[in-house]
Amino acid sequence: MGFTVVYLSMIVLIPLSAAFLRTFAMSWDQFWATVAGPRALASYRLSLGASLVAAAVNTVMGLMAAWVLVRYEFPGKKLVDALVDLPFALPTAVAGITLTAMFAGNGWLGSYLEPLGIKVAFTQLGVVVALTFIGLPFVIRTVEPVLQDIDPEIEEAAATLGANRWQSWRRVIFPELMPALLTGFALAFARAVGEYGSVVFISGNMPMRTEITPLLIVTKLTQFDYAGATALAIAMLSMSFMLLLTINLLQWWSRARYA
Amino acid sequence: MVEPGPLRLNFMEQLKPKITANQRGGAAVNEPRFVRVGLIFAVLFFLGVFLVLPLVVVFVEAFKKGIEVYFASVREPNAAAAIWLTLLTALIAVPTNIVFGVAAAWAISKFEFPGKSLLVTLIDLPFSVSPVVSGLIYVLLFGLQGWLGPWLAEHDIKLIFAVPGIVLATMFVTFPFVARELIPLMQAQGNEEEVAARVLGAGGWQIFWRVTLPNIKWGLLYGVILCNARAMGEFGAVSVVSGHIRGLTNTIPLHVEILYNEYNSAGAFAMASLLTVLTLVTLALKSLIDWKSKKNTTLSPEWTIRV
Repeated sequence: MGFTVVYLSMIVLIPLSAAFLRTFAMSWDQFWATVAGPRALASYRLSLGASLVAAAVNTVMGLMAAWVLVRYEFPGKKLVDALVDLPFALPTAVAGITLTAMFAGNGWLGSYLEPLGIKVAFTQLGVVVALTFIGLPFVIRTVEPVLQDIDPEIEEAAATLGANRWQSWRRVIFPELMPALLTGFALAFARAVGEYGSVVFISGNMPMRTEITPLLIVTKLTQFDYAGATALAIAMLSMSFMLLLTINLLQWWSRARYA
Repeated sequence: MVEPGPLRLNFMEQLKPKITANQRGGAAVNEPRFVRVGLIFAVLFFLGVFLVLPLVVVFVEAFKKGIEVYFASVREPNAAAAIWLTLLTALIAVPTNIVFGVAAAWAISKFEFPGKSLLVTLIDLPFSVSPVVSGLIYVLLFGLQGWLGPWLAEHDIKLIFAVPGIVLATMFVTFPFVARELIPLMQAQGNEEEVAARVLGAGGWQIFWRVTLPNIKWGLLYGVILCNARAMGEFGAVSVVSGHIRGLTNTIPLHVEILYNEYNSAGAFAMASLLTVLTLVTLALKSLIDWKSKKNTTLSPEWTIRV
């Protein structure tokens, strides 16, 4: 117990609070100019927007995938199930260069998409693709165990009580899955907002257009603008903290409502 | 008086004696066949594009210029140094986090104390902090401009843009893996077995080695494997603290980036393929553990539907 707290403070808390305290070295005007500058605002928009889209895609696809993996039987299912964790285990830099190679104009998918007018690599869509990739397992992995635990008898009961398949899905199963879905969404979203490795390769990193906030922080750092980088980091931390808080509240609410 | 919640079906509807084909036997708890097949294909297509195709691309790109080029790029001294540094980092960060993870999970699941949920939240923190920010806070703390920087410089200790910084940053980002894996597991198991052991006269360590550890061994292994994969593959945090000195402070992922930015695509993918192999081994081990540990609690076969 004591050890836990000490280790936690050493590795996590002290460095984090140091970062917070450090911004006090800046005046409020300086801080605001950095945090609310047009380039920073554009990067928040992209970071949050793309993460939101990616998390939403992952929630829908993740729910479907979890359902298929738990309820159905098909050849290669075990392999697919094992592969789902790939984005967790694959280093983000590898994911980044690979996705870029796939979606670039001369890539495996890019060469088919580009004639259709869909440019993925080096656009905002590319950012979404990368963030979808890295957030892919979250919803699947949070929904799967809940789905496994749902007693078939509940559905049978619903069916005997006259519910058709859609009704019993919508009103019996879905509410059970709701908290897990929210958790998965939150995790995928939180991960996507902070993601750096996979995005820097595919985004093209154009200021104002395809520059995510973490990249802007790194840019500031390489220019030795530590104060600016910290200010942005604080802005990002507060945003993700607020989002997590909101999602926790939502979860608490959905649990209270559906439990 | 019960509030009509969303869970409750319309009462009148429940009473209606509607018997359709859809409600008899298995069909009532199954989806129509076209829904099943459609769902499976949609999911397989999505996962195929996002999971299988990238794997294929890594290896194809790595071997594009032939096997000689592949081995040359892996054996090159800077590459070898990067591989060594990656292994070293994982070798330090993973065991430290195992000890911490077990201690934390133990404290959280077996004891009651104020601020417990705060502690759980804090453990998760590195997951919700951007890797870039994780690296940044260490630069702020230990860098030359940072708090401890001047003191460290006086004593000739170099943390940032050096190996210790990389190890620290890696420890930070991999810190929740083991604890996170164990906390729910140990909470679910409760402490009845530990209490029983205590009643039977076992001491603290005896309880841990004989009762707790065997109970959590699969979860622990699971956490360790994921922790290791992340430790070896971490990019964002390490990239901020490393300084990218070739042959000295470059881990494999950073080396991948450098090669890629130099348009040495074959080299970059060759290094990437090493990490991909690591990933595949990780996933294989993970599935093995899944299979081993869940052997007794598999789903009843009637509950998985054949298409």
